[in-house]
Amino acid sequence: MVSMNLIDDLIPPQWRGTYTLFKKELFRFWRVAFQTVASPVLTSLLYLLIFSHVLENHVQVYKGVPYKAFLIPGLIMMSLLQNAFANSSSSLVQSKIMGSIVFVLLTPLSYLQFFIAFLAAAIIRGFLVGISIYLVAIWFVDLTIVHPLWIFTFALLGSALLGTFGIIAGIWSDKFDQMAAFQNFVIMPLTFLSGVFYSIHSLPPFWQTVSKFNPFFYMIDGFRYGFFGQSDISPWLSLVVVFSFLLALAWAALKMLKSGYKLRG
Amino acid sequence: MTQMMADKVLAPAIKIERIHKRFGDLHALKGIDLTIQQGEFFGLLGPNGAGKSTLINILAGLLKPTHGKVSIMGHDVMDDYQAARLSLGVVPQELVFDPFFNVREMLRFQAGYFGRGRENDAWVDEVIENLGLTDKAHTNMRKLSGGMKRRALIAQALVHKPPVIVLDEPTAGVDVELRQMLWAFIKKLNADGHTIILTTHYLEEAETLCERVAMMKQGEIVALDTTANLLSKLPGKNLRLNLGEASLPPALLPMLKSGENGVYTLALTELNQVEFALSALREAKINVEDMQLIEADLEDVFMSLVGGKNGQYESN
Repeated sequence: MVSMNLIDDLIPPQWRGTYTLFKKELFRFWRVAFQTVASPVLTSLLYLLIFSHVLENHVQVYKGVPYKAFLIPGLIMMSLLQNAFANSSSSLVQSKIMGSIVFVLLTPLSYLQFFIAFLAAAIIRGFLVGISIYLVAIWFVDLTIVHPLWIFTFALLGSALLGTFGIIAGIWSDKFDQMAAFQNFVIMPLTFLSGVFYSIHSLPPFWQTVSKFNPFFYMIDGFRYGFFGQSDISPWLSLVVVFSFLLALAWAALKMLKSGYKLRG
Repeated sequence: MTQMMADKVLAPAIKIERIHKRFGDLHALKGIDLTIQQGEFFGLLGPNGAGKSTLINILAGLLKPTHGKVSIMGHDVMDDYQAARLSLGVVPQELVFDPFFNVREMLRFQAGYFGRGRENDAWVDEVIENLGLTDKAHTNMRKLSGGMKRRALIAQALVHKPPVIVLDEPTAGVDVELRQMLWAFIKKLNADGHTIILTTHYLEEAETLCERVAMMKQGEIVALDTTANLLSKLPGKNLRLNLGEASLPPALLPMLKSGENGVYTLALTELNQVEFALSALREAKINVEDMQLIEADLEDVFMSLVGGKNGQYESN
């Protein structure tokens, strides 16, 4: 509490509004950390235990990399992306349905401040889940890190991209059902079909081409490159694709927020 | 003196100019013009659908006007929205709350959104105390009763010490104790220089508290004057009769304003109608158990301007 007060005092007055909304969003997910952090960590470990047990002796994707080790970066990134999306989207849709969004809308916070605060909280939750999975997974598997900066870059861009997508989905959705449709019909298929469990080189040519239209593939492939120094495509190409998607979604989200779409009549 | 301070000194608390709001085919506000000076205790009255909440939502920046301009303390709510919102505290009508936090946390977050830091904590504690929330300061919002949630909502609107405070039906569904506590606190804020804008369907509250009122009907202001002037424009009085078990004689039915459990209120346009009423009762051999002559109130003024049956007045 003392350290939190210290941080509060260091924030310049013009940033207090943004910082407060960011802090509120952090506290919101931390209050239900079993659901928002522990649960996705456990789910990822179950994937790891089951898939690695079944496929360990049947699949080797990269030379010298056991399947168990190959799987971990994909699982980390999948959970990181899903949780970054869940944080901004569920917070927004919940506060819209409960009406408590009005407390933020009545304040002098600008649409940009609103965006930054929600995005930063989504990134933090994504990182927290990703780091937790990593820390638990390295108890079971030897995992090298060849290029830590690539890992950080793709984790940051990926969580920002999905956090931004979550803001769009949260603003657009009027009920939990619509939100669930985003999660189950967009996010889940795209993450599962993005190379979390396999290399796209193991797919038939047609599906390899299809995979290259999936932005999640670039996030996971680039992230995995940071661990093994090997990837399906160049990490630079992945970086360009992911960054372009992030810019496009951020533009859309900011446009929605600036116009007050579904927030201000 | 900074520009913002100069604005605060010179500008009206609220200036509404030719505001129109359309929702599709519905013309909810039809060219509202209204100026509320700093320090006023102002009442905004009207039945369901009159447009009060729409007007308040435009003030608060929750709705955009189709046409017209609104400023708060000289700051346009669209072009200079940040300064306008810093000057405004709104108590929403609905009992909305954030279920993740306790009362004190929620109030500190709300103050933080307005750029207030820990230096504001003493004021937050003062608001908590004045609204009788001290015992509940560490209680999660979900666990509060309806009345306590209402107090917390009011506190949220005040945490950044706004010079203009809008209370949209603040006493709807709350007990007498809270009403008294709330009005004592709001009157103190008004005495300290805060401008208060109140919507309420308790017209006796508006009559007691508001120096000036606007009455709205179907998106238009149908009356705008001091409360005293509005009351003086209606010369009539009310005659309240307690007839016990007896019913009102048919001759008096045209004057009937309200009647329940043997107590009937007759609207009088002239004082000699008292004698007429009493003779009608004598002829019907009805004993009067009690009788009072009452001045016309704001509800009578409202009915005379807006029309409709008695008891139909209800705010949205």
